[in-house]
Amino acid sequence: MTETKKTTIVLFSGDYDKAMAAYIIANGAAAYDHEVTIFHTFWGLNALRKDEDVLLPKKKSFIEKMFGKMMPRGSNHMGLSKMNFAGMGPKMIKDVIKKHNAVPLPQLIEMAQEQDVKLVACTMTMDLLGLQQEELLDGIEYAGVAAYLGDAQDGNVNLFI
Amino acid sequence: MMNADKLLDVKGLACPMPIVKTKKQMKEMEQGQVLEIHATDQGSKSDLTAWAKSTGNEMLEHQEDGGVLKFWIRKG
Repeated sequence: MTETKKTTIVLFSGDYDKAMAAYIIANGAAAYDHEVTIFHTFWGLNALRKDEDVLLPKKKSFIEKMFGKMMPRGSNHMGLSKMNFAGMGPKMIKDVIKKHNAVPLPQLIEMAQEQDVKLVACTMTMDLLGLQQEELLDGIEYAGVAAYLGDAQDGNVNLFI
Repeated sequence: MMNADKLLDVKGLACPMPIVKTKKQMKEMEQGQVLEIHATDQGSKSDLTAWAKSTGNEMLEHQEDGGVLKFWIRKG
């Protein structure tokens, strides 16, 4: 067969719906035999947070603690970019997802990992938001802009979501 | 109706599952074998056709049967 194609996605948004779109494309691209990278930066990092209390090696500053509390802890807690209705929106969307047999975001992320999609966390924005590696999912990679560009420059599909 | 080596039932499943499952199943099959797929997602007609074309497999036939979309793809 022809040589492997590449898809790279920058997930900047921390909204459930936008992350869902990113992960559906990622899973589709993996099924297309592409090498897929999702580079998580800023609010997109929240999709990678573990939904549990984690013992941290480094003590957080006051602002970092506040960020940690105010941001969604994991993909299942993210809000919608439209019609969030103070948290009612995500509840309704999850009902509709179930009804239509679509795949909820946490399972899409699991599936992406099973399909060897490379999940990358941007370390510079992790520092800004006070997120530590222990708080994020296992089996992901940590990198910066150069690593992303290395993948993206020979990417056949490059998206910023 | 065509003879298939394997049947994949993805009825009721929504995008991207039909493609993800088809890929998974195809990986386990031998070159030249035929996979029959049953789906109800209306997008799967365009999806599976495009997928087969780009991944070097051959869409032999597709038909609609009482709301179920049926596909036969030969592994390339």
